[in-house]
Amino acid sequence: MINNDLKQIGYTRGDKVFPKFRVKDLDLFYGNFQALKSVDMDMEANEITALIGPSGCGKSTFLKTLNRMNDIVPGCRVSGSVLLDGTDVYGGMDVNLLRKRVGMVFQKPNPFPSSVYDNIAYGPKTHGVRKKSELDDIVESSLRQAAIWDELKDRLKKSALGLSGGQQQRLCIARALAVRPDVLLMDEPTSALDPISTGKIEELAQELKKEYTIVIVTHNMQQAARISDKTGFFLLGELIEFGATDEVFDSPRDKRTEDYITGRFG
Amino acid sequence: MKIVFAAMAAVFILCIVVICAFIFARSVPAIGEIGLFEFLFSTEWTPNNTPASYGIGTMIVGTCFVTAGALVIGVPIGLLMAAFMARYCPAPLYKVMKPMTNILAGIPSIVYGYFGMMVVAPIIRDNFGGTGYSILTASIVLGIMILPTVISVSESALRALPGTYYEGALALGATHERAVFMTEFPAARSGILTSVVLGLGRVVGETMAVVMIVGNSTALPDSLLDGVRTMTSHIVLELGYATDLHRGALIATAAVLFVFILFINLLIAAIRGKGRAK
Ligand SMILES: Nc1ncnc2c1ncn2[C@@H]1O[C@H](COP(=O)(O)OP(=O)(O)O)[C@@H](O)[C@H]1O
Ligand SMILES: [Mg+2]
Repeated sequence: MINNDLKQIGYTRGDKVFPKFRVKDLDLFYGNFQALKSVDMDMEANEITALIGPSGCGKSTFLKTLNRMNDIVPGCRVSGSVLLDGTDVYGGMDVNLLRKRVGMVFQKPNPFPSSVYDNIAYGPKTHGVRKKSELDDIVESSLRQAAIWDELKDRLKKSALGLSGGQQQRLCIARALAVRPDVLLMDEPTSALDPISTGKIEELAQELKKEYTIVIVTHNMQQAARISDKTGFFLLGELIEFGATDEVFDSPRDKRTEDYITGRFG
Repeated sequence: MKIVFAAMAAVFILCIVVICAFIFARSVPAIGEIGLFEFLFSTEWTPNNTPASYGIGTMIVGTCFVTAGALVIGVPIGLLMAAFMARYCPAPLYKVMKPMTNILAGIPSIVYGYFGMMVVAPIIRDNFGGTGYSILTASIVLGIMILPTVISVSESALRALPGTYYEGALALGATHERAVFMTEFPAARSGILTSVVLGLGRVVGETMAVVMIVGNSTALPDSLLDGVRTMTSHIVLELGYATDLHRGALIATAAVLFVFILFINLLIAAIRGKGRAK
């Protein structure tokens, strides 16, 4: 296990220090269509990395290479490397253990059609937790972490489908946290939500970055500017610009980035 | 056009009313004469004795055993097949499997009965003893008969699910197996339950295949290798020559069967309603 000091500064292997994720020269093809072109990016622990860009530019595709959800897309090929704590996730790593370490929250909240409790307990059960008392603890702590315990503690046995959209999305965050991941990937987690729920999720992300590495896709530039430490701008499968969020927004180096964030296209 | 539809609907409803009226008009007097309790729970069926005895308890038990047996055999296989067809089967194989299940559904029940007599019954007789015409034989054959129903209804229930459940499960580190069986199956439970209850209805009402292989003894069975009579086989065996109260008792058996089927249909409606409410 990684101790906390190392988590702060990155993971050491040999004499090298690695960021949480290091993506090198990543190409991705859907059949003959190249969706990602030679992407390089480092994502640091305890930071929020935001990915922006017009729709269809490959943000979701990039995010899904980090936990290999692209594996289920037929005809999808990846080359280059994606290092998680210095180990290539495409180099024979157990994909289920990878996804345990790298949780994901989807654009549309997708709770299972079962109770709140069973939604949260699903992940821990998947990874071998059987004891009722232990599961109870995990359910409570995960819901607390997702700042939704107070709203749901009396409805644990009720169907998750009866919750509001914003509650469902926070439930999905709690469900992802329940397997104790290192990284949380979020693909436009607030695009289906009202402003109040969006605010809650943004606040939550700020809170969670103290313990997790967060990578968030957003089509909302104000959101990226508000909550992220680093921002990457994608265009047509290329990472055009990547750096500290204030620099990307205040003094973009690339003309295309500037055009995009000033709303001249996209 | 409106009038045509209205007329057709009227004819349809009239048919149902007439069937119900016919069955119950004939059976109520008979049951009155025999006594409801005696009729349903007595295991004595001796229409040729004086005084005659008309109890269909054995046939109800027979129907229950054969139905349970068929479900025990057909449902697990059918559900596994449905999972295979919907989530495992490679496309070229699916192109072969799908028509095969449709063919299985279209085979006339007398062919299933013949298959039971010629293939299943001898195997049971040679390996387990008895005459081969037994609860077990009927359960196996009927278990096969309900496969197409269980498979196709469950398969479409699985296919109708949004992909988000599967993705959500995988993103938590679940294997394909766990995602299919522990996430998608519960998510599709109302469709899957419906498939089982439809299979149940088919078994309870099946006549031709059953009468050929179930042994048709009017005694209570001691084991799965004994023959029994189901309500359907009972009616078809005796209706041809029965007269008077004997005939009335057989029609009353049909009424009991009718109530069973009605109950099963209510069950399906309840499951569907609950599925929609979610
Ligand atoms: N499963 C797929 N098969 C083929 N092409 C895809 C698939 N998913 C996405 N694409 C294509 O890849 C490009 C990037 O898509 P995506 O990553 O979803 O973009 P974004 O999330 O930035 O809107 C788009 O042109 C899209 O049409
Ligand atoms: Mg997207």
